Amino acid sequence: MSESSGAPQWLERGGLQQLLDELRAREYDVHGPVLRDGAIAFEPVVDTAELASGVHDVQEAGRYRLEPGDGGRTFAVVHGPAALKPFTFAPREPLLQVQMDGPGSSFECEPVLPDTGRVAVLGARPCDLAALAVQDRVFLGDRFPDPHYAARRENLLTIVVNCTRSVSTCFCTSMGTGPEARSAYDLALTEQDDGFVVRARSDAGREILGALALPEAEEAALDRERIDLEACRDGIDRALDTTDLRELLYENLSHARWDDVGERCLGCGNCTMVCPTCFCHDQRDEPELDGKASLRVRQWDSCFDPDHARIHGFDFRARVRDRYRQWLVHKLASWEDQFGTSGCVGCGRCLTWCPVGIDLTEEVAAIRGGGTA
Amino acid sequence: MSAVAPARPRLAVFKFASCDGCQLQLLNLEEELLALAERFEVAHFLEASSRVLEGPYDVVLVEGSITTAHDAERIRGIREQAGWLVAIGACATAGGIQHLRNTAAVEDWKREVYPHPEWIEVLETSTPISDHVRVDHEIHGCPVDKHEVLRVLTRSLLGALPDPPRGSVCVECKRRGQVCVTVARGIPCMGPVTRAGCGALCPSLGRDCYACFGPSRDADPAALANRFRELGLSPHDIARRFRGITGGDPVFRDAAQALEDSDG
Ligand code: SF4
Ligand code: SF4
Ligand code: SF4
Repeated sequence: MSESSGAPQWLERGGLQQLLDELRAREYDVHGPVLRDGAIAFEPVVDTAELASGVHDVQEAGRYRLEPGDGGRTFAVVHGPAALKPFTFAPREPLLQVQMDGPGSSFECEPVLPDTGRVAVLGARPCDLAALAVQDRVFLGDRFPDPHYAARRENLLTIVVNCTRSVSTCFCTSMGTGPEARSAYDLALTEQDDGFVVRARSDAGREILGALALPEAEEAALDRERIDLEACRDGIDRALDTTDLRELLYENLSHARWDDVGERCLGCGNCTMVCPTCFCHDQRDEPELDGKASLRVRQWDSCFDPDHARIHGFDFRARVRDRYRQWLVHKLASWEDQFGTSGCVGCGRCLTWCPVGIDLTEEVAAIRGGGTA
Repeated sequence: MSAVAPARPRLAVFKFASCDGCQLQLLNLEEELLALAERFEVAHFLEASSRVLEGPYDVVLVEGSITTAHDAERIRGIREQAGWLVAIGACATAGGIQHLRNTAAVEDWKREVYPHPEWIEVLETSTPISDHVRVDHEIHGCPVDKHEVLRVLTRSLLGALPDPPRGSVCVECKRRGQVCVTVARGIPCMGPVTRAGCGALCPSLGRDCYACFGPSRDADPAALANRFRELGLSPHDIARRFRGITGGDPVFRDAAQALEDSDG
C-alpha cells in the first residue's frame, strides 16, 4: 500500500471506541453502519454498540437480506443501498435564494451554501471510495467546481474498511477498485478477529492516529491481512470483461439485447439512485406565495425519467430501451471520453437494488456474445 | 392560463363523487391559508365557507368523479365558468375507487346494496373529469399532496405553468434514503410504476406503495407483474393490485384486464 506514511498500526477491537471518541473530540459528526429496515445505513453513532452487529448481508440481483451471524466482526455487512454519495452530493438541497419586492421589481440572488460541520464516515468500502474519487472529478475536476459539493467534500473524513468478505454482486476486482482501498482515504482499517490493521493516508488521518498512540502492527497481523484480502479477491467470481468495452458498446448501439432489456426494465430509476457515481440532477424553483421570494433547489434526477431527454417538446429517448442503453453506454463507455475514467466501480448496487434484478454484467456479456441471453 | 394573471384571481373549488379528502388537504394548509385567501378571492369553496359568489372564476379546482347524469351536466357548466380548470385527486383524474363499478353491472350492485335501488340514479361508470370536459392540469394522489396544490396555485399567480414531481415513487424513496421493501423484504411494491408525488410515504412507513398517485409516465405494468409473480402472487392477486384507487386509469385498467384474461 503505497503513499501511506508510517508503518501500519494495530487497533485492538476494544479500541474502536477510542477512535470514535477521538473523532468526536475533533468535532467530527461520526456516521457508521447501523441496522435499518432490513439493511444497513450510515447514521450518526456515538457508541460502537450502535454499529450493526449480529448479522451479515446476502445480496444477489434484485434481492438483499440480512442473515444471522457476524463471525465476531464489527463490519460483517459489506454494504447497504447508500454509498458515500449522499454525504457529498445531497439528494435534495437549496442552491439559491431569490428575493424581490414584488412582481416587476428587480431581484437579488444569494447562493445558499450547505452549513455542514465536519463529518467522518466510518465503514465506507473501497468501491465507495473509488466512487467518491469519480464524483470528485465530475463535480470538482473542471473549470467550474461545484461549490455545494466542494463544501461538503472538504468537511468529509473517510475511514474505509477493506473488504475481507464479499457478496455475490461485487465485481470490484474487474474494475480495479477493491477489495483493498486504492483511492485516497484518511484512514483505512482491515478487520481481524482481535482488532484492526490501521493506516493513515492524509494529514488529518495521521493526526488522529498520532493522538491514539497505537503500536505498530505485527508482522503476523500483516501476513494475515494479505491472506484475508487475497481470499476475498479470490472469492469474487462475478466479472465484467472490460477489454475494449468502450468500443464494444459504441459498435453495438443497435444490438437486439437493448430491446430485450427494455422489455424487462421498469424505468423506475433505482439503479441510478443507488449508483455511487451517478450525478444527474434536476433544478426547480419554489416560489413563496407572497411572490417576494423563491428558492432554487436541486435534487437527484435519473436518466430513466421520461422527461430527462425531453427537449423543446421532443423526447429523443422515448422508449425505456433507449434509456437503459443511455445509462449503460454512458456509465461504461462515454464516461471515459467525458471524465477519463469508467463510471462503474463494481459495487454491484445497481444489480441488488433493481426491483427486477437487471444485472449490467450479464447485459454486457450478452452484448459481447458470450453470456446468458 | 392567461399570460397575465389578474392581481387577485378568483378561486373556486367544486366537488363531485369523492370523500372530500382532497379539499381537506387545502384546509390542512393551515399556515398558508390566510395568505392564500389574501392572494386569491375565494369565490366558491363550500367545504370552507357558505359564501358563494357567481362565476366566472379564474382558477377552478375540481374534486371527484362523474357518476351521475346531473354531474355530467354540472361539470360542463363549471367548465364554461372556469378560466383554468385543475382536476385534483384520484377521483377527478382516474375515476377514484368507485371506478370498480365500471367492470361490473351497476343494476346488480344497486340491488345488493340498497333497500330501494329504484331511488338510485347513477351512470354505469365513474369517470374522470377529463372524460367530460377539457382539463388544463391534473394534480394526482389520494389524497393530493397539499404542498403540491399550494405550489400549483402559487405558480399560477406568477403566470407560471405547474412543475409537478417527476419520475417514479422509487426515485423519491431513494432520495429519502429508504430501504426498498421489495428488494430487502420481498414485499410486492407498486412504486416502480407509480408516479412520484407522495414523497414515498408508504415505503417510508415500511409498507408497499399501492399506487394512489396513478401510473408514472411510460410505466410498464407487465414487467412489474412478472416480478410480482416471482414473489408468489397469482395473476388474480396482481390484477387486484392494479385495480386499486387509480385502477380506472387506462394503463392500470388494461394491465389488470390482461392479467385476468391470462388467469382464464
Ligand atoms: S453501475 Fe452499478 S456496479 Fe457500477 S458503480 Fe454504479 S451501482 Fe455500482
Ligand atoms: S435497470 Fe432496474 S433499477 Fe434500473 S430503471 Fe430498470 S428496472 Fe429500474
Ligand atoms: S420500496 Fe417501493 S417505492 Fe421504494 S424503491 Fe422499493 S419498489 Fe420503489
